[in-house]
Amino acid sequence: MIVLPLSHILIFSLVLFAIGVYGALVRRNIIGILISIELMLNAANINLIAFSKYTSLSPETGQIFALFVIAIAATAAAVGLAIVLALYRVRKTVQADEVNLLKW
Amino acid sequence: MNAIESLKYFIPELVLLGGAFVALTLDFFLKQKKLVGEFALLVIVVALCLAKAPEKPLPLFFGFFHLDALAHFFRYLALAAVGITILISLGYTPLKKRYEGEFYSLFLFMAFALILVAAANNLLMIFLAIEFISLLSYLLVGFLKNDPKSKEAAIKYLLFGSVCSGVMLYGMSLLYGAAGSIELSVIGDTLFFAPFKPLAITAALFFFVGLGFKISMAPFHMWAPDVYEGAPTPVTAFLTVAPKALGFAVLTRVLDSVFWNSQSVWSPVLVILSILTMTIGNITAVSQSNIKRFLAYSSIAQAGYILMGLAVFSILGRGAVLIYLLVYLLTNLGAFTVVLFVGGQTQSDSLDAYAGLSERSPTAAAMLTIFLLSLAGLPPLAGFIGKYYVFAAAIEGKFITLTIFAAINSVIAAYYYFRIIRLMYLTPATGPAFPAPSRSLTVALWALFLGVLALGIFPGFFITRILG
Repeated sequence: MIVLPLSHILIFSLVLFAIGVYGALVRRNIIGILISIELMLNAANINLIAFSKYTSLSPETGQIFALFVIAIAATAAAVGLAIVLALYRVRKTVQADEVNLLKW
Repeated sequence: MNAIESLKYFIPELVLLGGAFVALTLDFFLKQKKLVGEFALLVIVVALCLAKAPEKPLPLFFGFFHLDALAHFFRYLALAAVGITILISLGYTPLKKRYEGEFYSLFLFMAFALILVAAANNLLMIFLAIEFISLLSYLLVGFLKNDPKSKEAAIKYLLFGSVCSGVMLYGMSLLYGAAGSIELSVIGDTLFFAPFKPLAITAALFFFVGLGFKISMAPFHMWAPDVYEGAPTPVTAFLTVAPKALGFAVLTRVLDSVFWNSQSVWSPVLVILSILTMTIGNITAVSQSNIKRFLAYSSIAQAGYILMGLAVFSILGRGAVLIYLLVYLLTNLGAFTVVLFVGGQTQSDSLDAYAGLSERSPTAAAMLTIFLLSLAGLPPLAGFIGKYYVFAAAIEGKFITLTIFAAINSVIAAYYYFRIIRLMYLTPATGPAFPAPSRSLTVALWALFLGVLALGIFPGFFITRILG
């Protein structure tokens, strides 16, 4: 069995995280931003799992942490989409740059 | 300590959690939603009475809930903040629609979450508890139906908060990889010996992003003015105080048990961020025309002062943080209570509504004056004690630049606080006098007012209790 070196996985998760950050910064659509945030959480999950296999003192903590993160990501998406829906009812838009009532 | 043995030390939290579910159920049956609010207040009072100081640090639930003196102090702080918020929400009219009962029960969940944060002692609990608070805050900020500003504030808070917690989680995963454990104490010990310094510093920076967001530290403060302006006033009052205080609790704990040996690395960073936070907050506050936005910037500046205590990180510095947080809690909640009262009478949060307030409602004007003077840090009010301690800590630690910047900032702050006071007393009134505030608002106002006075005049009583 070929074992993937840790550095490969870490670079992969870093790239995934960077894509998430990039998406969160440049996307105009709020749903798109929320999906980008999910990517960031998943990058952290990959890190947790990889570390639990390679460096952890107690491997199961990392895996359980990842499970909790998945659950939190689901609740955050539920709350987030509910707020987006509420916003859409009031403002008829889901574009981040059109939500601009509150300013300096 | 295992789960069953832990339960007897966990009673206040169980009361809160049970109370929150009962409040949700009561909401179905009661026509008069105010009763749900009163029930929630009762739950908070019961929890306050049941909370006992632990004699020695107790690692409850296999160490996942670390009940020590710090957690106990923040338990009182969280319960006080939630209790007062519920009290002032009882007199908040825009809420008087269908969802009032849920509002109160969400606050009970919030109290539970805040205590969890204070007692969290490993990365998993810190992440879960902070997310718990964040999700509840997003919902509470967007609570007013059909109010576009409230919805916009919620969406901004949601997006900003989620990105920051994503970054924080990534930092946590790196920290876990570097140390091989999620226990803060183990991580601290491992990082001290292991050759993981660069990874640990990256992880620390990522971690600070998430916590910096919670305490509205510059450069992660951008959400604060918008969210504080758009949120319902009781929620704004709450958000400026409680999540921020608990953010500081976590920051203290993390710096204390993980990064204690690399103070030379992060202390200069915190000094710069502290100066930046207070300067940005103060300079932007000067030109504001909306009272909630004005207090939002002032609360960013206050976070900068509190950060001073952490940047110094001596024993005195950590004590100063706790004292300042208590002072700030009373003062800021008080100021927002007056804002809520005036906003209810004039339907406006603009500063013009405060012109001639001394003629329209002498009590409200006098109270707001006291609270603003306390925020500015004038003796003999509570704010002075808080400021005194952070300055003393900075001077003791030989952080002279920081002290000078903080002193200059206090002067700027005094200028804009006095601007409001002048507006209330020296400009003619534009409308008729206000009726007296409702009973719950009066109780809250007087309690906070007496608290601010008592802390200012008899500081020794409180300080010996806080510092032990």
